[in-house]
Amino acid sequence: MLQIRWHSRAGQGAVTGAKALADVMARTGKYVQAYSVYGAEKRGAPMSAYDKIDDKPILDHSKWMIPNYVLVIDPSLVFQEEIVDNTTDDTVFIVTSHMDKEDLISMAKHLEGRKVFVVDAIKISQEEIGRAIPNTPMLGAFMKVSEIIPFEDFLVSIEDILSKFPRKIIDGNLRAIKRAYEEVK
Amino acid sequence: MATKYELKSKEIWDGNTAASHALRQAQVDVVAAYPITPSTPIVQNYASFLADGYVDGEFVMVESEHSAMSACVGAAAAGGRVATATSSQGYALMAEVLYQASGMRLPIVMTVVNRALASPLNIHGDHGDMYLGRDAGWIHLIANNPQEAYDMTLCAFKVAEDKSVRLPVTTNQDGFLVSHTAQVVEPLDDDTAYKFIGDYTPLNPMLDTSNPATYGAQTEEEWHFEFKASQHKALMESPAVIDEVFAEFEKLTGRKYNRVESYKLEDADIALVVMGSAYETAMVAVDRAREQGIKVGLVMPRSFRPFPYNEMAEKLKNIKAVAALDRSCPMGAMGALYNEVSGALSANGQAAIMTNYIYGLGGRDTTAEHILEVIKETNENAKAGKRVTDLQGFINLRGPKLSFN
Repeated sequence: MLQIRWHSRAGQGAVTGAKALADVMARTGKYVQAYSVYGAEKRGAPMSAYDKIDDKPILDHSKWMIPNYVLVIDPSLVFQEEIVDNTTDDTVFIVTSHMDKEDLISMAKHLEGRKVFVVDAIKISQEEIGRAIPNTPMLGAFMKVSEIIPFEDFLVSIEDILSKFPRKIIDGNLRAIKRAYEEVK
Repeated sequence: MATKYELKSKEIWDGNTAASHALRQAQVDVVAAYPITPSTPIVQNYASFLADGYVDGEFVMVESEHSAMSACVGAAAAGGRVATATSSQGYALMAEVLYQASGMRLPIVMTVVNRALASPLNIHGDHGDMYLGRDAGWIHLIANNPQEAYDMTLCAFKVAEDKSVRLPVTTNQDGFLVSHTAQVVEPLDDDTAYKFIGDYTPLNPMLDTSNPATYGAQTEEEWHFEFKASQHKALMESPAVIDEVFAEFEKLTGRKYNRVESYKLEDADIALVVMGSAYETAMVAVDRAREQGIKVGLVMPRSFRPFPYNEMAEKLKNIKAVAALDRSCPMGAMGALYNEVSGALSANGQAAIMTNYIYGLGGRDTTAEHILEVIKETNENAKAGKRVTDLQGFINLRGPKLSFN
């Protein structure tokens, strides 16, 4: 089972991002769970969301997981040590930051020796979508790093999932996704 | 005429979305509701469906859950198909009117998202609200995942409205663990779903002014007992209808439901009784225990009321030790599942060693690993041939170990 944990602030779209990823993967025949851990949070409070992806129905309804991937979509949360909770040496971190990887890790010591990829999802979403909603660019970066499905297939699915939005928003998201796919490193 | 909703053969829905689509497809005449976490999205989605033309009925905004259930009673007595949704404190505030609804034999469907009762205030899942409504005269059906939240809601209308039942039904799903967890759901198309439920045939509708009927009459010593006994009889005899509805649903969808669900019981020495999403988590624990050579199985009452006494006893006839897991604090007793299952076994001359575990209050995480520990303890009782563990334990409780004997 593939397990993914998102770290976000309420309002940045981690729940929507987790559900979109689950939707994309379900279209390839996988079974999925997407959920988040809620407090009585207000916009801006740190929160986490989760994806489980498997070839068979997912029965485990506990919240606990050992993530294969940790996706951090708020640049300040990279510095919170909670992002390494319950991870292993094989866990891959994809984090949002304007800093380059070496500078970032020198400040976020808990990421030393970890498999870390960096993408500036905030800047990308601001420039391409017009708002700091870093969830879809993070999905683009995740597709590049994980190679979980062909990127072209992902783009077809995500465009359909976004189809309830106006064309301008869809195009902005697709540009952001493609740019994050290219820029993550 | 309501617009049809385009659905894919597989949707990624959480339990709330699933329940709200089932209500939409039932083409309910009146929904009266007061939104409360974590069932709010059911009410919110339903109101959106109505505003967007996908529903022909009425949505009544009220000032409290007491009023919500009161409006449901009024609308159902008038002769409409009626539904609502609630959780926790809202459920508690409805309590008085829940008994009115069942006593008047009004087939209201309520999609409950189970949540802890205050105090202390907590928005997360446990079965405190369901247990509060246990004796209210409603049928209570249990859903363990979003697919089941959808399926049970469709079935609920058909059970409730059957002429021989005519009782209100709740469908129950765990707050957040099901209500806010998106999974693959295979819905029926609108026409097929509606056809399964069928048109609603009112019985003694108050709007039929040429045939006046009284609802909620006063009955003292001379008739109250007969009235309540006949209500209880309808509930006790509803299993025949529940079985029929489940059989028809299986024919339509291939998804088979039973009043007592079980998992790997055939060759089991020990069993766990557990209800809700933890039943599925327990399946994972059972598989792990079996890898370690422990022959364990699971049972779950799909209908908490009417409680399937004899079917439960039959399922457990070869079991040496049973642990009943209750997701509600029993406050001075054993948990309800412990009591019901012990009674069912005792009535059938069976003597499995019984223990009780309290888990998951206020959304406390219960993992397969925690349940595996319970399986191991239960296995100790089976091996010893007598109870060597505590009578009532607590799963994943912080602080010093708490138990009662």
